[in-house]
Amino acid sequence: MKWDLILSNSFYTAISANAVAYILVASGLNVHFGYTGLLNFGQAGFAAIGAYSLSIPINRFDWPWPLSMLLVVVMAVLLALLLGIPTLRLRADYLAIVTIAVAEIIRLFLNSVRFTWLTGGNDGLQGFTRFMENINPLPADGITLWAQKVDGYRLWLLMIGWLLVAVISTGIWALMRSPWGRVLKSIREDEDAARSLGKNVFAHKMQSLIIGGFIGALGGMWLVLDKQSSQPQDFSTTLTFFCYTIIILGGVASAKGPIVGTMIFLFVIQFVDITLQQATRTTPQDPTPLIPTWIVDQNNFSQIRYIVAGFALATLVIVRPQGIFGDKREQAFDVR
Amino acid sequence: MSADQPVWQPVPGSRKDDAILVVDGIRRAFGGLLAVNVAHIEVPRNRITALIGPNGAGKTTFFNLLTGFDTPDEGTSTFNGQHLVGIAAHKVARMGMVRTFQLTKALSRMTVIENMRLGATDQRGENLFRGLFAPLWRGQEAQITARAEELLARFNLAHMRDELAGGLSGGQRKLLEMARALMVEPEMVMLDEPMAGVNPALKQNLLEHIKGLRAEGRTVLFVEHDMDMVREISDWIIVMAEGAVIAEGTADDIGANQAVIDAYLGAHHDSDLGDG
Repeated sequence: MKWDLILSNSFYTAISANAVAYILVASGLNVHFGYTGLLNFGQAGFAAIGAYSLSIPINRFDWPWPLSMLLVVVMAVLLALLLGIPTLRLRADYLAIVTIAVAEIIRLFLNSVRFTWLTGGNDGLQGFTRFMENINPLPADGITLWAQKVDGYRLWLLMIGWLLVAVISTGIWALMRSPWGRVLKSIREDEDAARSLGKNVFAHKMQSLIIGGFIGALGGMWLVLDKQSSQPQDFSTTLTFFCYTIIILGGVASAKGPIVGTMIFLFVIQFVDITLQQATRTTPQDPTPLIPTWIVDQNNFSQIRYIVAGFALATLVIVRPQGIFGDKREQAFDVR
Repeated sequence: MSADQPVWQPVPGSRKDDAILVVDGIRRAFGGLLAVNVAHIEVPRNRITALIGPNGAGKTTFFNLLTGFDTPDEGTSTFNGQHLVGIAAHKVARMGMVRTFQLTKALSRMTVIENMRLGATDQRGENLFRGLFAPLWRGQEAQITARAEELLARFNLAHMRDELAGGLSGGQRKLLEMARALMVEPEMVMLDEPMAGVNPALKQNLLEHIKGLRAEGRTVLFVEHDMDMVREISDWIIVMAEGAVIAEGTADDIGANQAVIDAYLGAHHDSDLGDG
């Protein structure tokens, strides 16, 4: 077992540009669910909109990248309005139903054969990241972090990604301690009470949906910048539920919750995965793997990681139900 | 009861010399059930008016209709001459008519002081863009906090300032809800069963607070089942049964009214209708 490789790779995964993407998507969801109490089950839809609003114009229509990024913002706002206007006046469950449906519609549209000319279909789109490579001041061969080699492009994405995370998280923190954030929390607690005190509940919910959706779209953009390919299967409902796991893990309604949650979540999954990969490996010199093949072998260990990760998360939730940074007192009134 | 006895006609829909709230022909049906059917009501300014009636009389529905939480099928109502029908609940609150709820709505996972601060209207920091920059709202926040602390002291909640509201007792939540409503600086306070589930000692305390509202020049309209309480503090009583107003008057008028005895007191009019 090469523990230095396993650990360095797991640590790198927890801070990589991919982790930045998860932090952003989860931070957006935290604005919706953690602070405002909006049951958004379609955060993957916002991420998909962010990803494809960047990749389609650049790949298909040769747009300059700043214009394409502007489109990411516009499309995220439009999607929030589309979801919010019919549902935010209704009870919370309706938003849940509509968001999960719309996110799937978006994914199926991106995957459809009929629109492959636009979206690339199942193969997705590539070659839209050249601008990011061009503005990268770092040498392309990159560096070695401990035992993990990181190429220059991903190191660059990682660095500005964390800068983005710092800006976004500080922004969320600043907003949530303001009277604006107080109104959001009051809506989460009881929207009729907020209304009876003269708060425009609909407008505040809408603003929350737009801001969280915009942050989620940025996350989706970062996800495909890191992979250098946009593919519909990256935006399935699994992404949304991973983000729920992340914010519950890190602590709901905490600005640093999504950051810590993502790092733990990705570390655990990667650690389990790569450890199993090493433990099931056979070489001509050593044909018997560390773990007997009747338990798990090379061909099916990748499914095991989610089982083990699931157990690890369940344990954490039982031991510390409020999450790492959650407030224990709040939890006492939450479980009713 | 205040020193100056009202002299209005003790009949349903009687005219008041200075009415703050006027209701005309409000009807609301749920399916085939006509829940509220009020021909005419005037609520006098700077008085405590009780709205009583047997269970299912439509009192809470009527409250919802007045405060924008529900919309009547027909009819009009005006507050200080401004039309209320079709106005959203938050706008009604900003007009100066604030309600509380039968089931107390303390915002559990917020501290008591945050509950109070929320009540203040026209907060600059409630705008998304100004909220981002603390210097734009910090000054106003300090004023709001000072006012909130004064009210907390008055309602004997100062020691709970930094506790989560979910940790308060039932009676303390009632107090908090009333104090929070006052943060809006309403002209008229609508209390939906302020005494429900409150112990006798705290009831007396709440009564004094309600009288205090009148002393400050506010108008109070409240729904209550406890007849002793109603007799003690209200200047005027409106009785509803089966959605309609069947009587109005002072406590003495109501006690002598045959329609009320039939509809509300029934055969038990000699017995104590208090919660105990």
